[in-house]
Amino acid sequence: MSTLRALAKAQALAAGRAQPVATVRHLHLAQRPLVLVPLTLAGEANAPLAVLVGAAPKRARLLIVPQPRNRDQRFAFAAELAGILLDHLDGFRAVTEAVPVDRGRDVRHRYADAPQLLVPNPAGVTFLRLFGRSTRFRRPDGEYPVHPSVPLLGRWLTFFAERAEQPGSSALLAMTDALTLHWATGQSAVEDLHLPALLGWIDPPPGLTGARAAARAEDPSVCPPAGPATDPGFDNDVLAPAMARYAEATDEAARVEAYAELEGLLRDQLAPTWELMWRGVGLLRSLPAGARVAVRWDGDKDAFTGYAEHVDAGGGPQPRRDGAVAAAQRLHRLERAAASYAVQRAYDDPLVMAEHRLAGEAFVGMVTLADPKRVDDSGKRPVLRPRVQVVTTEPVAVPVGATLWSPARPGQKARVVFVTPGDGKTEVVVELSGGMGRGLTAPPGTVPEVGERVCLTTLSDGYLPVATFPAVDETPWTHGGPPAEVDPA
Amino acid sequence: MTSNEARLAAIRGGGPARRHNARTIAALTGNPGCTRRAVLDGAGVDKPALAERIGFPARFGQSRFAITRGNAFEAQVKADGGTELLRLVAERLGVPVPDSATWTDLGGADDLPDRRDRSRAALTADGSGAALFDHPLLALDVGGRRVHLEPDLVAARLAGRFHVVEIKSFPVIDGQADPAKVSAAAIQSAVYVLALRDLLAAAGRDAELVSHEVVLVCPRDFANQPVASLVDVRKQLLVLRRQLDRMARLDTLLATVPADFTADPTADPAALRAALSRVEARYAPECLAACELAYFCRHEAGGHTAVLGRPVREALGGVASVAEVLALAAGEHAPDPEREEAAALLRAAARLRADALTGDAA
Repeated sequence: MSTLRALAKAQALAAGRAQPVATVRHLHLAQRPLVLVPLTLAGEANAPLAVLVGAAPKRARLLIVPQPRNRDQRFAFAAELAGILLDHLDGFRAVTEAVPVDRGRDVRHRYADAPQLLVPNPAGVTFLRLFGRSTRFRRPDGEYPVHPSVPLLGRWLTFFAERAEQPGSSALLAMTDALTLHWATGQSAVEDLHLPALLGWIDPPPGLTGARAAARAEDPSVCPPAGPATDPGFDNDVLAPAMARYAEATDEAARVEAYAELEGLLRDQLAPTWELMWRGVGLLRSLPAGARVAVRWDGDKDAFTGYAEHVDAGGGPQPRRDGAVAAAQRLHRLERAAASYAVQRAYDDPLVMAEHRLAGEAFVGMVTLADPKRVDDSGKRPVLRPRVQVVTTEPVAVPVGATLWSPARPGQKARVVFVTPGDGKTEVVVELSGGMGRGLTAPPGTVPEVGERVCLTTLSDGYLPVATFPAVDETPWTHGGPPAEVDPA
Repeated sequence: MTSNEARLAAIRGGGPARRHNARTIAALTGNPGCTRRAVLDGAGVDKPALAERIGFPARFGQSRFAITRGNAFEAQVKADGGTELLRLVAERLGVPVPDSATWTDLGGADDLPDRRDRSRAALTADGSGAALFDHPLLALDVGGRRVHLEPDLVAARLAGRFHVVEIKSFPVIDGQADPAKVSAAAIQSAVYVLALRDLLAAAGRDAELVSHEVVLVCPRDFANQPVASLVDVRKQLLVLRRQLDRMARLDTLLATVPADFTADPTADPAALRAALSRVEARYAPECLAACELAYFCRHEAGGHTAVLGRPVREALGGVASVAEVLALAAGEHAPDPEREEAAALLRAAARLRADALTGDAA
């Protein structure tokens, strides 16, 4: 927790309303996100009870499992959900776009847009991950056959759950995470996991403070939990008797009636969260997207295209656990994504950059001197190396020789030449290279002018080199050596 | 009756002291710095009734689906005289699976002294053959009182050592379980290890005969097949021991509590609230999951940085009151010397935040 965010939380508590911690939206929001609000049966291993799913506020579809312990009913539910999800995914596979590769000498094609899934909270992401795990190895033949769409659903859910682990991906988002990325409430992180309370702080109903709205949202009789866990009181007093009536129904008419009753009461539990999900979408939409959001969404489109091709080519399901090499690669990929996501958010949003300024990783100052024509001819051939002097009132924690970047000119490096602390302010002289064309004259606008406010930071949005890893059959002995023949289950 | 006991009785009102179980003892380790909680738990106050009375009812319901499932799984694992359980535990511990083991059910009739004696006799008897003891009655000193524990648990004696075997119905999927549930199970098991060690030590046996590695038996993946895992509870044992020692010195704690303090759940709610506010609490958001009184304490702590969580409070330089945080951030008054660093950081944060929000930044 940065002091800046913590201060925003204190301000929220004092003001009785959530405070912004971002000035732009740092995630992609699809035109038609597929919203899923799942419920599970208490005590069971991720046994689905119901889900409300749809891509528009008025298009909610309710799927329920009247007897969640019944395996056939569970896989019938999976097949129904597969119908909806796979259909939604197919909607993105009609249009492709060309992306130049190899410095424009070639192109590759990817889907022009990708699907986005939204769930209420991180536990909802876990539900999808585990439901993917419980369905992706099932088979349409053999001892316990399931509908062919079930293993496919499992692979896609696993795909989305893995994307959700990648910082900066918007393929599968938990609404509480998405909202707390942009607003700080006057309650703790634990309480922020409760979507109704969180929205109570961000957008309280008229006449209520955020704190009052959040307190009201904690009463399960007023505001059912946002799942996947149900309220124990609801389980004991409402759900269990209704399930018993369904189980005890002796004729078709009674069964239909009991099923309708179950549907009704589960819908009542899910509908309030459904409304909140779309309110959350509306709130996020009211923020302008950050400049680098589209670039990250391109990554999601690439991943979607890649996995669709893998499935089309008859590729197998994701393994239960990664082998040593795959795990190292995944970790490396996630670390790169996390580093780049942190930098991109700071570059896109002065309020996020302010956290880095407070931490001494960036400062903002005024250009007081500029020598845009300066040429360094000490080497074999002369090169353009303009120098500018920046005066700042902020503490400067960078040493001489350090390389800095500026969000306004991300392709340009600024090497620190002099740091002169003075009375309440510091003069910093930097030497610029890159981002000024090939000649010995800098094009207008490529060198900061006197009077310009610039932000200089140690954060770089440059390319992060990809590490190399051994092939699977060359796994070093320190990591268990090459794995034995992989168990195809 | 000692004066302490009389005072504790006055604190809890007319009713009998509420019985502890492994869960409530485990919960004691959650927030060791909280005097209010130590006193109320030490006195055995009926905290759910108290919370209800003062208008902040706790929300610790348990779904009957979860209870049914838990019982069914336990019955399944313990079926056929524990043969399957013995195999699971022995294989996990890496010892040869014994051909046979004795199965002693120490549960049954509610005659406490008798059960206690039977448990003690069975568990401390000589013999090193493989043996399983179901429903042993254990005891632990909590706050100067003997507390009986009736765990749904099996103590397994294998290769001469005792292992606590805890059967839980949460799944282990691909070798991983919900970390929160595992840590809750670990601390509960530690309570049993401690009680079992006390029992052996009291009988003049070596307490170290009880292993610090407990065996957790859970359903595997999405089916009902049981799988055993080892959990090292040494850390939990230390924490528990420390907290129990602290509660044993209740008289020191009671010295800080007003002499007429009572938390009698039948008293007038307004008087109760006033009385409680005179005993210091240390609220943290984690309390919401562990203590019945948490909603009251949270309400009381309104306006304090503690309600925002420990990381936030630390990031704010440890300043306790939100009003003071904002005053320091605004530079409204000169800070105490020991607050100067925090104040400078808060002022810088406030300036940067205002800067960025008004768009006055590069």
